[in-house]
Amino acid sequence: MEGLQVQLFVTCLVDALAPEVGRATLDALERAGCSVAFPVEQGCCGQPAFNVGLVEEARVMAGQTLDVLDSTEGAVVVPSGSCAAMITHHYIGLFSGTKREQQAKRVGSRVRELTQFLVDDLDTDLRASCNGCSVAYHHSCHGLRDLGIRGQADRLLEDLDRVPLAGAEECCGFGGLFSVEMPSVSTAIMDTKLDQVEVSGASLVVGGDISCLIHIAGGLRRRGSGIEVRHIATLLGEGG
Amino acid sequence: MSEPVTFLSRAEALIGTPEAEAVERGVKKFADRRDVAVAEFPMMDELRDRSRAIRLHALRNLDRLLAHFADQVHSQGGVVHWAGDAAEANDIVVSILRGTEAHLVVKSKSMVSEEIEVNDRLHDEGIKVVETDLGEFIVQLAGDTPSHIIAPVLHKTRQEIGELFARRLGAAYSEDPFELNRIAREHLRETFLRADAGISGVNLAVAETGSLVLVTNEGNGRLITTAPRVHIALMGMERIVSRWQDAAVVLETLARSATGQRHASYTNVITGPRRSDDPDGPEELHVVIIDNGRADILSGSTAEILACIRCGACLNVCPVFRTAGGHAYGSVYSGPMGAIVTPGLHGMDPWWELPYASTLCGACEEVCPVRIQIPRMLLELRRQAAAEGRLPGWLEKGMSRYAKTASDPRRWARAKRWASRLSAPVATRGWISRLPGPGRGWTASRDLPKPAKESFNDWWRANRGT
Repeated sequence: MEGLQVQLFVTCLVDALAPEVGRATLDALERAGCSVAFPVEQGCCGQPAFNVGLVEEARVMAGQTLDVLDSTEGAVVVPSGSCAAMITHHYIGLFSGTKREQQAKRVGSRVRELTQFLVDDLDTDLRASCNGCSVAYHHSCHGLRDLGIRGQADRLLEDLDRVPLAGAEECCGFGGLFSVEMPSVSTAIMDTKLDQVEVSGASLVVGGDISCLIHIAGGLRRRGSGIEVRHIATLLGEGG
Repeated sequence: MSEPVTFLSRAEALIGTPEAEAVERGVKKFADRRDVAVAEFPMMDELRDRSRAIRLHALRNLDRLLAHFADQVHSQGGVVHWAGDAAEANDIVVSILRGTEAHLVVKSKSMVSEEIEVNDRLHDEGIKVVETDLGEFIVQLAGDTPSHIIAPVLHKTRQEIGELFARRLGAAYSEDPFELNRIAREHLRETFLRADAGISGVNLAVAETGSLVLVTNEGNGRLITTAPRVHIALMGMERIVSRWQDAAVVLETLARSATGQRHASYTNVITGPRRSDDPDGPEELHVVIIDNGRADILSGSTAEILACIRCGACLNVCPVFRTAGGHAYGSVYSGPMGAIVTPGLHGMDPWWELPYASTLCGACEEVCPVRIQIPRMLLELRRQAAAEGRLPGWLEKGMSRYAKTASDPRRWARAKRWASRLSAPVATRGWISRLPGPGRGWTASRDLPKPAKESFNDWWRANRGT
C-alpha cells in the first residue's frame, strides 16, 4: 500500500550539521506510514538573511525553496518550527506584490512542522522512547509563538520520565545571527537557560529545533556538563 | 561602515553586575504578577483585541481627535499648546512658568518629560524641579536615569537606596521599603505644599470631554495636579482615545499588563482647571501636546508602535532586557518597544542597532495588551538599516555569498563538503571550540558541532536516491 505522500524539507542546519536528525525524521515519517520524498535541490529557507534585514538575499534563497517545493505534491514536513514558520508566515510578506506571491501562499499552506504533522495531522501512535532518561523539553520560540505548537511534543513524549523545566517557554538566547552579532548578550541569556536545565535534574534536553538545541548543547558541553541534548525526531525510532 | 557597538558595549558593561541582577529579579516579579492577573480575567483576550482596535482607530483619526480634544480642553477653561519638537515643548513650559512666576515645580512620573529632558532645561533656567514619584525621586537624587518605563529604579537595590537617602537626605540608614517610603514622603511633603506648579504626564487623553487620565500608584499625581497654582500636562500626541468607553477598555488592560494589578491605586481624571465651586485644584491648566518625531513615525512602516500604552510588559518578558537592563538601550524608551520608538523619534543614526538587540523570540507580542506586532516592526527597521548600508561588511558580503551558495544545489553540495574538510583539523570529537573572525563570539562561550562528513543530502543521494 502506498502511504501518504510527503516531502521532507530538512533545513540547512540539519543537512550540514545534524544529518542524523534528517534520517530520524525520515524514519519517523516512514514508521508513521508516509511515503517520503526528499527534493534534493533544496537549500536554505532564507531565514538568516531575512532576520538581519537583507531582503534580496532572503528572496534568492526563499525563491529557490519555493521552486523546489512547488513542483512536488503533498505536505512538506520540516523538523524545525522556526524554518517552517519562515515559509508559512514570512514568505508571503517577503514576496507580497511580486509574481511569487501566489506561489508563496500555495507552498506555505502545505508546510507543517514535524510534531504538528505527526500529532495533529496523522494522530500517530509513535511514541518517543529512551531508557532511563529524565527529559526536560525546551520549547523553541517560533514554533511556539508563530505556529502555536505547544502540546504536541508532550503527547509524543508521554511514555518518558519528564521533569519540569523552569522557563521552558523562554528563549535560549540563540536568535540566529544575534548569537554572533551580540555574543555576550546571547551568552548571558543562554546561561540562564543552562542554569535552569541543570537545576531541573534532567539527564536529557529535548526540543524540536536543531538551532536552539545546538546552542544549548554547545553551551552545556563548554560547561563540561554531562546532560545530553537531542532533537525529538531522534527519540521516535526503535529503541530511541 | 559603522560598527554596531553602542548597545553591545553598554550591555556588556552591565551584564552580571548587581544592577543587571536587580533588573532580572524585578522584571520577573512583574511578569509573574502579570500572568496571574491575566489568568484570573477571562475577558482579557477580548479586551486586548478591543484595546488594539481602539488605539489603531485613534491613530487613524489622530488629527480629528486631537482637534476635538483641544476644543474641549479650551471650553473647560484649559489652554492647549502644540510643540513640534523637544525644544519647543521646553520653551512652552518655561514661558508658562515665567508667566506665572513659578519658581518651584513638582513633577509626577512622565516618560515624555524624560524624552524632552525638561528637567535639564528648567535647571538651566534656574527653576527648581522636584520629582515626586518615589522611583523618579530616587533617580533625581542619585543623578541617575530611569531604567524602566514604569519602574524607574528597578536597577537599584534597597541597600543602595538606603545608602543614598542616608548620604543625601541625612536619614538614618534603613533598607526597609516602608521606612524608605516614609523618609521620602516626609522629605517631599513640604515641597508639595510650597510648589508653584505641577508638571505631569498623561496616560490617556479623552477627546470627547477634553479630559486627562493619570494613573499612579502613589497618589503623588493627584497631589501635584491639585495643590499647586498651575498644572502643566505634557502629552505625547498619540496618547489619545476617542471616548470614555474606549478609555475604560484601555485602562482595564493597562494595570494588569504593567504590574499585575486590577487597577492602579490612583486613576485621576482631570477635566479643566479649578472651577469656582471646586474646593481645590489649579488656577491654570496647560496641556502641551508634543510631536517630537511622532508624525514621522505615523507616516512610516512602524506607525503601529504609537498604539503602545506604555505598560512595560514587553520589557518584562524580553530576554535581552532581562539580561542587560534598560540602561543598555541608552534611550528613555528601552526594551522591545523602545527599540522601535527610539529610532522612530530620534532617527536611525545612531539608534539603528537597537532593533538588532532582540532574538525575535516574540515574547513581547505575546504579552502586549494592544497586540502590537513588535517582531514584525523590528524586522522592518532591520530591513531599513540594511538598505541604508549600515550592516558590518562581513555580514553583508557573507550573506550575499551564502545566498548564492545555498540556492544553487551544486555549490551548496560543494560548500558542505568543503566546510566539513576545512573544519576537521580544528574539531575534537565532532565539536569545534575555537573559530576565527565573526565566529569567535560564538565559540567564546559555546562549542559548535563540526559540519558532518556526509550531509543529509549526500546520504540521501547515496542511499535513497533514484
